[in-house]
Amino acid sequence: MSVAAGIEARSPRHSAGQRAASFAIPLLLVVLLVTAIAALTVGAAGIPLSRLPAALGLAGESTSMTARDQLVLWSIRIPRIAAAVMIGGLLAAAGAIMQGLFRNPLADPALVGVSSGGALAAASAIVFTDSRFGEALRFLQTELLPLAAFAGSLATTTILYGISSRSGRTSIAIFLLAGVAITAIANAGIGLLVFIADDRQLRDITFWMLGSMSGATWTKAAVLAPVLIAGLAGCAFIARGLDLLVLGEADAFHGGVDVERLKRISIVIVSAMTGVAVSISGVIGFVGIVVPHLLRLVIGPAHRLLLPASVLSGAILMVGADTLARTIVAPAEMPIGILTAAVGAPVFLFILLRQRGLAAL
Amino acid sequence: MTAVLEARQLGKRAGRATLLDGVGLTVAAGEVVAIIGPNGAGKSTLLRLLSGDLRPSAGEVRLKQRDIGSFAPRELAARRAMLSQHINVTFPFTVEEIVLMGAGERSLREAGPLVDAAMDEVGLSHFRERQLPTLSGGEQQRAHFARVLVQLACGEAEHGPGLLLLDEPTSSLDLRHQIDLVEAARRRAAAGTAVIAILHDLNLAIRFADRLVVLAGGRLAADGPRADVVTRERIRDIFEIDAVVHQVDGVPYVLPQSMRAAGQAELPPR
Repeated sequence: MSVAAGIEARSPRHSAGQRAASFAIPLLLVVLLVTAIAALTVGAAGIPLSRLPAALGLAGESTSMTARDQLVLWSIRIPRIAAAVMIGGLLAAAGAIMQGLFRNPLADPALVGVSSGGALAAASAIVFTDSRFGEALRFLQTELLPLAAFAGSLATTTILYGISSRSGRTSIAIFLLAGVAITAIANAGIGLLVFIADDRQLRDITFWMLGSMSGATWTKAAVLAPVLIAGLAGCAFIARGLDLLVLGEADAFHGGVDVERLKRISIVIVSAMTGVAVSISGVIGFVGIVVPHLLRLVIGPAHRLLLPASVLSGAILMVGADTLARTIVAPAEMPIGILTAAVGAPVFLFILLRQRGLAAL
Repeated sequence: MTAVLEARQLGKRAGRATLLDGVGLTVAAGEVVAIIGPNGAGKSTLLRLLSGDLRPSAGEVRLKQRDIGSFAPRELAARRAMLSQHINVTFPFTVEEIVLMGAGERSLREAGPLVDAAMDEVGLSHFRERQLPTLSGGEQQRAHFARVLVQLACGEAEHGPGLLLLDEPTSSLDLRHQIDLVEAARRRAAAGTAVIAILHDLNLAIRFADRLVVLAGGRLAADGPRADVVTRERIRDIFEIDAVVHQVDGVPYVLPQSMRAAGQAELPPR
């Protein structure tokens, strides 16, 4: 039989995605490691590569500089890099899942108000726990912020999906415009909070508007880690469903996907990833667009590979951007959101123009 | 022969509009049925009810003697495959990746032979690594047909003859590939699959199916062997056009003409 002959000739078979997988993940891991080491060495207090092993406690010989280096590394730089790795990974993966869910490469949690929704909820939590009514919860503020941001993001994503999906089809125009409206509402809410906030609260709230890694501590990194791990586990679970969802909701269902469950799980994962990242770093846009878009060009759109690769690439981008943010105008710091927008907005426009070109055909 | 699919007194309402009313249909294993009818007759609604995608407002659909609503999506996918009309893939999946989607959780290593055979059958083997969005509409349609064939084959390997539903499968295909698709579907039927397709081209429907089901205004207007269903009077009633119906070796052949050409006043717009 000719089919059997075909198997003989080509066996064992691998798809393009499987071939890419064999080198993409190790390569990204190496790049992330190199970027993180580079990030360790630069900053307000430079630690040259030659002193790095001693400062990390990997080599014995201590010099007069070792104690200072260790302090800088362990209490400031390493928690910050750890936070940047995880926040970059969370934002990029959240972007990739959202794009799969909405079947559009332009979906990004920051762009359509999911981040703003999280920021509004986090800002509300700050003002509430500082008020007389929320006094009892004040000691829980560190734990409450990520939860509030998650709830805010979840509400936003759910509303967004409800508005832009009708009988299995998602209107991209309505989706983006609804995102604009939701961002406006969330920003109005944040504006109101700014208006009623006192000076100290104001400083905390302003932080969400700009986006920065400067508030990163070990405690905050510890909040991020379980979300990233749980999110990655969830990604493995939804990857195939997201692949089939590219056919549309009805045809994903015909192919055996429980579409309603897939949507619910995806929305919860995106909201948790975005909300918790936002509660630590504030709103950082475009990471979720740039990273998955570039990856699809190289390794293809299959989510089984795209999602973990997005986590690693987002981590690389965020560590790089944060290192740049704390060095280019040293000793001051550039808000990281400005950097990601400077890179991301042109990429967004590029995708938009390409889509327009395809639509014209 | 055992009935693969039984629909009884099917009704579907959307708001105040009645899309479908009192439709009954039983399809046996190995049978090939074409659904024909004018635009808005409820053909796509009927197919979506038969696929389990929509829930009926009245009546029930039974697939292999079991209420279709009682299957989990994955169980259902192993027993019926469906090709939709317009599928717009936005991400650059390759043809092979799309076809492999029909194999569920199976990897390319396991499902490779089925994927290869299906791509050969629709004539897309040379486009294996091409990104689907770069292909023409007809080629994309063929890739999706291959995906559906893989799904059907995977399901039938485990659960025996299944159900294949096709919603205007030939709408963007050239003549050769229309005939190829019809023959591919008939080969499945010869192996026991129950096949139901919506078709607009009457002659293709006649060539495709042994049995024609006519829908008009959400109701069943006719159901029977092709030679009984396709008559000049029925075409005039249902499609509001005149037609010459020839019999070639016992198979009807339809030559449609406008009412005006037939010397009659034009019909008022519906």
